[in-house]
Amino acid sequence: MAYGEKVMDHYENPRNVGVLDKDAKNVGTGMVGAPACGDVMRLQIQVNDQGIIEDAKFKTYGCGSAIASSSLLTEWVKGKSLDQAAQIKNTDIAEELSLPPVKVHCSVLAEDAIKAAIQDIKDKA
Amino acid sequence: MSTPTYMDYSATTPVDKRVAEKMMEYLTIDGDFGNPASNSHYYGWQADEAVKKARQQVADLIGADAKEIVWTSGATESNNLAIKGIAHFYHQQGKHIITLKTEHKAVLDTCRQLEREGYEVDYLDPMANGLLDLAVLKAAIREDTILVSIMHVNNEIGVIQDITAIGNLCRENKVFFHVDAAQSAGKVAINLKQLPVDLMSFSAHKIYGPKGMGALYVQRKPRIRLEAQMHGGGHERGMRSGTLATHQIVGMGEAFAIAQAEMKEENIKIGALRDRLLAGFEGMEEVVINGDMAARIPGNLNISFNYVEGESLMMAINKIAVSSGSACTSSSLEPSYVLRALGLTDELAHSSIRFTIGRYTTEADIDMAIDLVREKVEKLRELSPLWDMFKEGIDISKIEWAAH
Repeated sequence: MAYGEKVMDHYENPRNVGVLDKDAKNVGTGMVGAPACGDVMRLQIQVNDQGIIEDAKFKTYGCGSAIASSSLLTEWVKGKSLDQAAQIKNTDIAEELSLPPVKVHCSVLAEDAIKAAIQDIKDKA
Repeated sequence: MSTPTYMDYSATTPVDKRVAEKMMEYLTIDGDFGNPASNSHYYGWQADEAVKKARQQVADLIGADAKEIVWTSGATESNNLAIKGIAHFYHQQGKHIITLKTEHKAVLDTCRQLEREGYEVDYLDPMANGLLDLAVLKAAIREDTILVSIMHVNNEIGVIQDITAIGNLCRENKVFFHVDAAQSAGKVAINLKQLPVDLMSFSAHKIYGPKGMGALYVQRKPRIRLEAQMHGGGHERGMRSGTLATHQIVGMGEAFAIAQAEMKEENIKIGALRDRLLAGFEGMEEVVINGDMAARIPGNLNISFNYVEGESLMMAINKIAVSSGSACTSSSLEPSYVLRALGLTDELAHSSIRFTIGRYTTEADIDMAIDLVREKVEKLRELSPLWDMFKEGIDISKIEWAAH
């Protein structure tokens, strides 16, 4: 399948690849997806004392669209409060990356990932 | 951007230039464009001669009699004609058919259709190496079994089934035996004078001939009867009506003749390239070869790079054109049913890449592919949370994943 320009850009130059300390109190980790389905996303966010996401990292096993969706997400959440980050919708991601219908589930996974990461932080508090 | 290097010869092959040149002699006003069925004038006779020659060329490669060749539009049609044709003609002898889970969809979907018509079909599991266990077949044959359909060479993993042993078992039980040989002609020696095979399907475009052209071998002694699926002018002894596509037929004949002349040497050359490719991946961690390595055509390497998803790997190595177990049916998002039938986990199936090399592949192509794959697999593993977990010693099969 032919990919759009933005997917290719994120895929070839993924932003914020890496790992944060999952045991730190101010780090939330969201791991979603399943190997059997062909995609697993791990999104981590680090929150400062003001409740603002100051860093985000990801690693993704999956197709180009899944990698691009999670890379884009890390860019978007930085500088946002947890509430603002929770507002990010999969449709925004799908639109920004011009994902074809068959790849929309990748953006859904990204939305699930940020929600899971936020929940993880809240559970730690 | 320069065009990617082609390494997907099992999907299709380029038409050999020698074949294309021959085909062009049968199209225009300057050429032999006649209808081979026009037996009243020069144009028809010329075309008929060309078809006769091609029929002989195809028959020669496979050790058949020219009269046993029925032209079709491709292996899909040949498979349909063979399976439905036998089932419909011999339905009074029984309505049970046996095939393999790793067959091409042209066989599997044809069998599904027969199930809807009231036939019973057993889809056998292959062994983990992709080969059929004869004991499993033996146990599946019943009193009312009329047909066994097993492919010669698998399109995804390239393994070669022992059609002699399977055919002998069918003969002992008086069951017809159909073989889909789309992927084997020109790669594996076939001698139908000796093989216990009643029907065999062929394709032109897998062997450097044109797309839209195929043939079905229908044994004459003893005579196999088929119910026609295409009705009309009674061409091909009534088994497949429709004006013969002279240029396509000439192309298939020429492609088969070239294969016969060059197959031995070509197999050695291609086998050496495939082995070079495989050797290039040596030392990489978590690499699994899918399918038996000994009983395999020379041009195929199907390999899983664990913890890397196949489609993203294909995207990363887009300087070479290959296919993946996660992409063959890319609209369904299901991993390859062939690899699943071997018992591979979903993630290994998702991580598979099929390299199929052929007539125009060079050593330089192989070396480029090795470097590219090694570099990109490493890059994608750096990006893979599953690779992290593997490195930390976490067994990902023990984790409860939320399927989505």
